Amino acid sequence: MINVENLTKRYGDQRAVDNISFSIETGEIIGFLGPNGAGKTTTMKIITCFMPASSGRVEVDGLDVFDHSLEIRRKIGYLPETTPLYPEMNVREYLRFVQALRSMPRSGRESRLADMIDLCGLGEVIHKDIGELSKGYRQRVGLAQAIIHDPEILILDEPTIGLDPNQVVEIRSLIAALGREKTLILCTHILSEVEAVCSRVLIINHGQLVADGSPDTLRAGLEGRQRLLVRLKAGADIGQLRQTLAVHEGVSVEELPAAEPETLEFEITGGVNGDLRENIFRAVADAGWVLLEMRREVQSLEDVFRDLTQGGERADNVQ
Amino acid sequence: MFSNTMTFAGRELKSYFNSPIAYIVIVLALVISGWLFFLNFFISGQATIRGLLTGSMPLVFMIFVPAITMRLIAEEKKSGTIELVVTLPVTDWEIVLGKYLAALVLLTITIIMTFTYPITIGMLGDPDGGAVAGQYLGLFLLGATYLAIGLFASGITANQIVAFLTAIVLIAAFYLVGNFVVFFPGPLASVLEYIGVNYHFQNLARGVIDTKDLVYYAGMIFLFLFLAVRSLESRKWK
Repeated sequence: MINVENLTKRYGDQRAVDNISFSIETGEIIGFLGPNGAGKTTTMKIITCFMPASSGRVEVDGLDVFDHSLEIRRKIGYLPETTPLYPEMNVREYLRFVQALRSMPRSGRESRLADMIDLCGLGEVIHKDIGELSKGYRQRVGLAQAIIHDPEILILDEPTIGLDPNQVVEIRSLIAALGREKTLILCTHILSEVEAVCSRVLIINHGQLVADGSPDTLRAGLEGRQRLLVRLKAGADIGQLRQTLAVHEGVSVEELPAAEPETLEFEITGGVNGDLRENIFRAVADAGWVLLEMRREVQSLEDVFRDLTQGGERADNVQ
Repeated sequence: MFSNTMTFAGRELKSYFNSPIAYIVIVLALVISGWLFFLNFFISGQATIRGLLTGSMPLVFMIFVPAITMRLIAEEKKSGTIELVVTLPVTDWEIVLGKYLAALVLLTITIIMTFTYPITIGMLGDPDGGAVAGQYLGLFLLGATYLAIGLFASGITANQIVAFLTAIVLIAAFYLVGNFVVFFPGPLASVLEYIGVNYHFQNLARGVIDTKDLVYYAGMIFLFLFLAVRSLESRKWK
């Protein structure tokens, strides 16, 4: 449905987006992740026909976004990063304005507007000026604007930015509901949002695509690098523990500063050879030490993200 | 095409009258023109409107028009609503024409409000109706040209003050260029005279309606609306 090929956008000498390619199928819910300034918004601006690429192609339904701009704009609903609202209009006027410019059939406008009010919970504010609304309501109005013409493709750029936690939950569940019917691209740097909603994640960093896959596959990519925190009662011998575990390839044992008196703490990170917990337990029991605590850290999407966007600091730790 | 333009025009007009800008600007334009009119009326003791319409109003418009056009595009760029507007399935011409039309309505309302002066004169004497009509037509076309220039100035920046000042400078340049013709040799002088807005305005104000002058105004309006469209499109330059 959306096909991006070798897309590059230059601002002067700087490459905001550097030769990225991906394609999105109908009905997918894509999380477009990246730190601030990674090129997410620029990519979205190109797909929505706001500005052209410096080189490369973007096709929506087989049509080039630059040559068939009007047709493609009809298919897309877009909520830009800065919610595009006119403070002097009231919510109803604003949504009617967008409907008119979307050339929706006149007969259907009023009922569709009522649906939007329902779906986005705008009943209480429909006659208020947008300038008087809270951030949460503004965001909902922005969202209503993006979906009012029932677009095939919905692009939301940081839809929950600046909202309080309750509003975030509300908007997120609204997005999840919308995602059931549409092709949806959600740009964000908030990882829990992606985990909650998306079926596929694209991670972009310094204008380049660094990962593409489902949240589960991305996590699995890190799974070999398990990380265990082990606390033993004083008297254990780190050298001996290392030796015992050395039969497993790529395992490293680091001593950490002990948080409790009379204890020793280790961080054990391991290669790709399955669960190390049993081996550790046996090694400790055979040596006659006392195991006080053992905890396995589950890799989160956050780890994947940090790993991919911070020049691989964590990868170094694991070595 | 037409319906989108009207939708934009309607929104702009509402926003003019929903905020104090329209009222302030109209009242100011009327106060200043009224003051100039009665200054002439009482001090010179002459019941004439010619000086006001042909001499003062073009100068009042030089400030008044940029004040009503400065926000038209610049504000949308500043607030980010431009991103909504240009990603809707509408053309850049529809956007620009809609905004231009709204400003034109505001200008027309203001001009109509100054009809009180010729009516006052009419009650006291017997003005030349044809000349007054010509002066008003000239004033309208002059204002319409200024609006196109102002809209273009608003399109090249996200800062309303910059848009306002740019428009004043451009308008002043086109207004004053005719005053400098004496310093230039013959052929160049007539070119400069033709470029200046005031030359054509004075022709119309004499009550002579010549196609040449109408073509000039139509050309100027088209040129600057075209440039305004280009300024919106500038985001698309690779």
